[in-house]
Formats: sequence, structure tokens, C-alpha cells
Amino acid sequence: MINPALFSWRFLNVWKRNLVVYKKIWKVNFLTPLFEPLFYILAFGLGFSGLIRKVHYDGVELSYTGFIAPALIATAVMWNAFFETTYASFVRMYFQKTFDGMLATPLSLEEIIIAEIAWSATKSAGAATIMLLVLGLMGFIHFPMGLLLIPMAFFGGLAFGAIGMFFTGITPTIDMFNLPIFLFITPMFLFSGTFFPVSNLPAWAQPVALAFPLYHLAELARLFSIGTCEVSPLISIGYLTVFIIFFTFLALIAMRKRLIQ
Amino acid sequence: MNKIIEIQNLVKQFNGVNAVNGLSFSVEKGEFFGLLGPNGAGKTTTIRMLYGYSPPTSGMLRVFGMDISTDSRKIKSRIGVCQQDNTLDPDLSVEQNLLVFAGYFSIPKKEAVERSEELLDFFALSHKKDAKVMELSGGMVRRLILARSLINRPELLILDEPTTGLDPQSRHQVWEKLGELKKSGLTVVITTHYMEEATQLCDRLVIVDHGNILVDGSPERLIEQYAGRHIVEIEGPDQDLIEYLKNHDVEYDDLGKRLILYDPERKGMNSAIRSQYCNEKCIYRNSTLEDVFLRLTGRELRE
Repeated sequence: MINPALFSWRFLNVWKRNLVVYKKIWKVNFLTPLFEPLFYILAFGLGFSGLIRKVHYDGVELSYTGFIAPALIATAVMWNAFFETTYASFVRMYFQKTFDGMLATPLSLEEIIIAEIAWSATKSAGAATIMLLVLGLMGFIHFPMGLLLIPMAFFGGLAFGAIGMFFTGITPTIDMFNLPIFLFITPMFLFSGTFFPVSNLPAWAQPVALAFPLYHLAELARLFSIGTCEVSPLISIGYLTVFIIFFTFLALIAMRKRLIQ
Repeated sequence: MNKIIEIQNLVKQFNGVNAVNGLSFSVEKGEFFGLLGPNGAGKTTTIRMLYGYSPPTSGMLRVFGMDISTDSRKIKSRIGVCQQDNTLDPDLSVEQNLLVFAGYFSIPKKEAVERSEELLDFFALSHKKDAKVMELSGGMVRRLILARSLINRPELLILDEPTTGLDPQSRHQVWEKLGELKKSGLTVVITTHYMEEATQLCDRLVIVDHGNILVDGSPERLIEQYAGRHIVEIEGPDQDLIEYLKNHDVEYDDLGKRLILYDPERKGMNSAIRSQYCNEKCIYRNSTLEDVFLRLTGRELRE
């Protein structure tokens, strides 16, 4: 079903196209990852600090802001990559017919899709880098290990970019992205050990949370930020690797079915 | 190797329906070849198969002697495509559109800059180099799409309705540029709904309908053969005229309120018709490709 001749390094030319566009608007894009962690830390740090003293996590006592700070990077990775391969890719594919133009060149559809996913991961890594600076300055991240959050963000971005691209392949209209966001992304955002430990959930709900890719990314983010995690990082990395391969494959099939007729 | 395109028994099915129904034709090197037909005749489907966008259901499609289903990447690197839709990148400036597109062909940056300068100059767009694509007029958009399709110095240019929606000035400017490209020896395949365009540009053309080729030849020969040299249009014809035409074996189409007579002069009946049957309004004119087209594909609406 997937022909290896359709893959080559040419995908980087599409990746570069997105970079050229991004360079034009980077000043605006730069602000979100800069202020987002500030807002969260302020809101939860000031607002919740009276309600929640300490969070018990992996046998360690963490301040509430110390608990959520690494997870904020993981959630930013998710939002950035998922939005890029859903709304942004859909606009390029459907409204701007950018892919149609590209398909009249030696590029294959597979290379375009891989490039879109790789680009979404790049955006995630960029956002994570800026957040790393902000949260690092506030003392929430330990260096030099914290620098591993940047490749981790790219890796996590591939996972959310791939599943986003899959939704783009099967979603008839752009409004219908509300569905995966409401049913998949939002619950994941709230229940993946991001704002409270998964151990606080009722027993039946815990395995569900453990199946969320964001849970594993938040785990890795905590490991690289403060050196603690509940689950072995090998499991998290393994889970995300399988997730990336599986959804990239599905995305390629869905997009080929959608565009090549 | 003089055949740039060879197509034999090409079939394309969508949901079990044949959009292209066993098409066969070939295009020689240096030819300006027209693919004409009413809406839904299978033109764009054929064009899309030609540049590897859409895989054929069956049949042979070879470009530069290579099979499209196995060598599409090699073929695509040597052709230029001007799609029917505006597929310019609205996120990029005019010049960036050319440079980024050159990147898709893996053309080195320095060469891409040189070529895009040349092309912007050729299509009179140099002054709009930094403009946003959204700010361009319809004519400029078309010229930029054309410029972009030439960025890889193609040996074959594929044009899908290159002047649809343009004002006469812009259209003539595009024709002029296409004429220059033709002189330079470029092989071109064009689809169009403008018969005047096909007559002016094409060395040879086919008219397709329902996925089949109806006729194949040069515009002049097709006009001569299927519409004669002259046409007489008569409004408000009476029964006597129809009798008269039948008796004298003149070919005509009856449109109810209007009769179209194909080359009555050939039978020396022009003056007789003029003096006896021109009740309301008569038009004497040269035949055009449009007469051929309408005669062969019918006058009823397609959509």
C-alpha cells in the first residue's frame, strides 16, 4: 500500500516552504509560547496556592506550580502540532490548493504529508524552546538536562502532528475539527497527569489516562525538567514511537485516498 | 524520439463510470496541441493523468517515452503545469512563489534567483516582485502561474484553461507570450473553451466528448471539413427556405428561430438565398472553429 519510491529527502523542500512563511509572521507566533506559561504559572501559582499546598508525585513532594510547569511544555507541544496539521494543513490543502500545486512538481503526496508532520513537530520544538527559557528563568527546570526538552518536543510533536494529519485526511469540512478537539484533545489536556497526578483519578479511569499520548509526553517532560517520573521513560518513548508510526501510516493512507483520484 | 506524448486506449473510471473512454492520441515534439471539448468531456481528467496527478485506470500513457505509472517523478521534473485553479501560494510573495517552487524541483538557489528574474521580466511582473499574490489582478495571477510553470525549463508545457476569466487585454497578452514560447520550440498541450484561442495557437487539436475523440486535425482543416468556408445565419426562416435547402442539398442546422447554413456558396446559392429568403436578418460570415465545435458536440447545455 505504501511505495518506498515515494519517499525522499525532497520532503525538506516542503518543510522549507513552511519555514519561509513562518519567518514572515514569527514575531506574532513568538508571543504565545512566551506568555502562555506566564499566564498559567501566575493563575495557578497565585490562584491555587492557597488551596493546594503540595502535590505528591512519584514519592516526591512538589509545589503545585512545580508540578504543572513541565506539563505546560507537553501541552504546548500537543496544541502546536495538532493545530498545525489540522487547521493549518487543511487550509493549505483545501482552500489554498497548495498541495495541488506541489503535486505538479516531482514531489510525491507522501513527501508533502511527511513534511507537514515534520513541520508541525518543528513548531512544537520552537514553542518548547521559548517556554523552556521562560520556565527556566523562573527556576522550574533543571539544566543542563532541561535542554533535552527540545528534542523531546520535536518527538512529541511528531505524535500529535501525525494524528492531526490523519484527522485532516478524513474530516470533510474544517468546522468538524471541533469533534476531535472536544472528544480527544481537551480530555487529554485535562486528564493526562497535567494539572493533577493520574493517581488522583478513580481506579477505573487511570488506565485510560495512561493510554493518552499526552500522559507519556508529560512524564518525559517531568523527567527532563526535574528528574522524576512515574513510568519508565523507555515505556513512554516506546509508546510514543509506536503512536507516531501508526498514525503517520494512517495519515498517509487517508490523504492518498482523499487527494489522489 | 519525436513523440513527446503517446496515449493509447486510455481509460479513467470514477465510481465505475468512464470519464475517459479509451482515448488515443500522440503529440510530436514542438507541437502546440489542443484538447477541446464541452464541460465533462474528460479534458481535465486527461490532463491530470498526463502530469501524474491522477493514475489511469487502464491503457498506455507515455511521456518522453517513459511510463507515467512507473516514472512519474522523472516525467514531472521535465514538464511544466499551469492548472485550471489558482494554485499560487497566497502565503508567499510573487518572487517567493517562484523561488519556493524552484525548491520543489531541487533547483539550486542561485539558479532559481536568475530564472525567476528572467521569468518575471518575460511576463512583465518584475515591478510586482514583492507584492502579495492576493494583490494581483486576474491577468497577473495567470501570468505568474505561467511563469511558475516554466521555472524548471520544461520540455513540455501543460495548460489547463490558461485564459478562463481574463479580460480581453490580459488574454491577448497571454496569447502573445504563448506565441513566443511556441516559436522557441516548446511542446505545449492546451485545453480551452475559447475556440478563437485554439484557432490562433494550436497546430493540431482534437475535440473530445464523452471521453472519446470526435475529430483530430489542424484548426484550418477542421473548419474547412466540418463547417465549410462560409456560414449564413438566417433569422426567422420560413418553410419555403427549408424546402429550398433540402431540394438543393445544402447542409444546415435548424435552431428553430434561426437557421445555420454551411457554405451555401459552394453550391453557388448565396445570391439566391440573399434575394429570396432573407426576411428578417441575415448574417454572412466566415466559418470558425466554434461552428465545428457546436456542430460536433451539439448545442444543448452540459451542466
